Amino acid sequence: MKVETIQLEKFSYDNKIVRNFAVATIIWGIVGMLVGVIIATQLFEPAANITQYGSFGRIRPLHTNAVIFAFVGNAIFAGVYYSLQRLLKARIFSGFLSKFHFWGWQTIIVLAAITLPLGITTSKEYAELEWPIDLLITLVWVAFGINMFGTIVKRRERHLYVAIWFYIATFITVAVLHLVNSFELPISFFKSYMVYAGVQDALVQWWYGHNAVAFFLTTPYLGMMYYFLPKMANRPVYSYRLSILHFWALIFIYIWAGPHHLLYSTLPDWAQSLGVVFSIMLIAPSWGGMINGLLTLRGAWDQVRENTILKFMVVALTGYGLATFEGPMLSLKNINAIAHFTDWVVAHVHVGALAWNGFMTFAILYWLIPRMFNTSIFSEKLVKIHFWIGTVGIAFYAIPMYISGFTQGMMWKQFTPEGTLQYGNFLDTTLQLIPMHQMRALGGTLYLIGAIIMGYNLFKTMFQGHLTENEAVEAAPLQNLEEQEVKALHWHSWLERRPFQLLVASLIAILIGSLVELIPTFMVKSNVPTISSVQPYTPLELEGRDIYIREGCVSCHSQLVRPFRSETERYGEFSKSGEYVYDHPFLWGSKRTGPDLQREGGKYPHSWHFNHMMDPSSMSPGSIMPSYPWLFEQNLNTSKTQDKISAMKTLGVPYDAYQIKNAVKELNTQAREIQAKLAEEKIKISPDKEIIAVIAYLQRLGTDIKKDQ
Amino acid sequence: MEIIYILISISFLLALSFLAAFIWSVKSGQQNDLVTPAMRILMEDSKPISEKINFKYESRNDTIRKV
Repeated sequence: MKVETIQLEKFSYDNKIVRNFAVATIIWGIVGMLVGVIIATQLFEPAANITQYGSFGRIRPLHTNAVIFAFVGNAIFAGVYYSLQRLLKARIFSGFLSKFHFWGWQTIIVLAAITLPLGITTSKEYAELEWPIDLLITLVWVAFGINMFGTIVKRRERHLYVAIWFYIATFITVAVLHLVNSFELPISFFKSYMVYAGVQDALVQWWYGHNAVAFFLTTPYLGMMYYFLPKMANRPVYSYRLSILHFWALIFIYIWAGPHHLLYSTLPDWAQSLGVVFSIMLIAPSWGGMINGLLTLRGAWDQVRENTILKFMVVALTGYGLATFEGPMLSLKNINAIAHFTDWVVAHVHVGALAWNGFMTFAILYWLIPRMFNTSIFSEKLVKIHFWIGTVGIAFYAIPMYISGFTQGMMWKQFTPEGTLQYGNFLDTTLQLIPMHQMRALGGTLYLIGAIIMGYNLFKTMFQGHLTENEAVEAAPLQNLEEQEVKALHWHSWLERRPFQLLVASLIAILIGSLVELIPTFMVKSNVPTISSVQPYTPLELEGRDIYIREGCVSCHSQLVRPFRSETERYGEFSKSGEYVYDHPFLWGSKRTGPDLQREGGKYPHSWHFNHMMDPSSMSPGSIMPSYPWLFEQNLNTSKTQDKISAMKTLGVPYDAYQIKNAVKELNTQAREIQAKLAEEKIKISPDKEIIAVIAYLQRLGTDIKKDQ
Repeated sequence: MEIIYILISISFLLALSFLAAFIWSVKSGQQNDLVTPAMRILMEDSKPISEKINFKYESRNDTIRKV
């Protein structure tokens, strides 16, 4: 009698790395939400802008980066490292890479927290970090990829569960997005210019921005939903078939939807329509995931009544359903015309962020930590309190913001029977929203309190339990001749035996190669002005623009007049793509907390801007804009001016050798002219202050096109 | 708008790589069973080794015997 024995292999799961990422999630989550509450307060109480390092424009990106990359990012890594090992029945590939990944990611977060308040930023939304940090992100992301694919290669389970497909798509797409949107030409260690300009930069940015939502906030969370929800409810997912179907549909459609962020902009119409069509289609695969999640709980709703973790999941999935219904609707041009640039979009993203990402993260943490620490949750009651306070917080956040967005969108468009703008003063619309902004801050505070309660509860849980750093398990190895041979082979031989993986790998290699080759060449050639009167910025204006970028003015002021009568009446001629050819980076913005500035040049005298920047309420009573006293004290740093002009020339902006050589001289001459004009209006200021450069830039904005008329 | 050609090519290549992955997943039998994977993940919980049940596979009469 011949008995074949399958030897079970003994190994262990690495729980320590999961614990580390989970702890980081809790801490950064609280920090990120706290910054959120601060900036929410600044929008009705300008006095909350404390020093230049705490002004809205500088810390708004700190909030978005902290919640997206620090809170959600660490949560993704915790969830992936936990589920990947178990789904593949293998310990994570490399302990060293795990450590490098963890500490590398935390370093990036700390660097972001230091550089953003200092005003070191590229100004591109969700990609604000400067080039050295971009390089570090690339390294860490690659480490994560090797760790994930390494684990997949040495797996003991042949079938790749749907969650893993979601993780793979996340890794690949985020890598490509990050590479393409980080093409910067460094001027110094802390400053670079985007290789792309104007409308091209806008398209790359929103191709990136939209897919960051898709592949950083959505696909990894869907993957985690497919692992953790069945585990939490102890029942299989409603339809595995649907999960596979909606996965492939989702990733194929998502990458084309970016242009819906640029409707009515100067982007060619066909590209806008392409974005709209794919955005509408997205509702099907998105709802596929939401329905699959909710139906997993069919027949288990009694559990939901008892189990707070499942309650979190139900709110998360409902939020996902709402946000993914609203997304396609907001992509319709007629709805977008009202909603774009208003709080409506802020409400939309926060339904997704607070419910889908936030609540699922909370559910996973509550489920994971007691398990890894061999204990039960410290206080079930606090979990319940967290759930209710968080849910009320979401409602208090979203509802006022919807009202606010709709109100503002309609007020901008309102005409009197005589045919003039009903609210010709932009400030009227801002003041109307103040009560809504106060309620939003209250909602955010409730949500933050919930997160702090969770932090307390989970740390107590960790202290009362004991972490199983290495969880011992046994599993049968993959019984396959091929697989057994592979172990002895070099990784590349493994790849060669799989033609499709090889194809994918070569595609990626080709992609990166051609990008590096093509993009700079293309971009330099494309900077041919189509409007003859549009000229490059003078050195002083360019420096002023860099201060505008540093202070994050783009957070509240757009530079894009849409072709509506309500906008041309209010701001002036609508924007043309030819006006932006020298804008590295573009500064169209995505939100009008204040008015559009595209046609600001020449509207007011220098003295108006001077007084307005010193104390906005002196020129616009009730204004919520912070004041910028430091611009009047700090001297303009001209040590890099020449390098900047020279870098712009490299990027195709037509400066000549004489202009580069005399950049600082030219800058000083213009500064003295502005000083003289201010002196005529009885304002004394030294010409080397930063405010002079800001005035120069603001007065130049959108004026070139008028020279033609 | 030269960038749009680059972005479309990149998106297209990305979609192509997804397609390749999809074809691989079908060809390699990843999608053959669309029912049990959902159940399987619920049964993988690790228990202390002592409580583990070892299975021996006997090829002669295809029975699983508890050791």
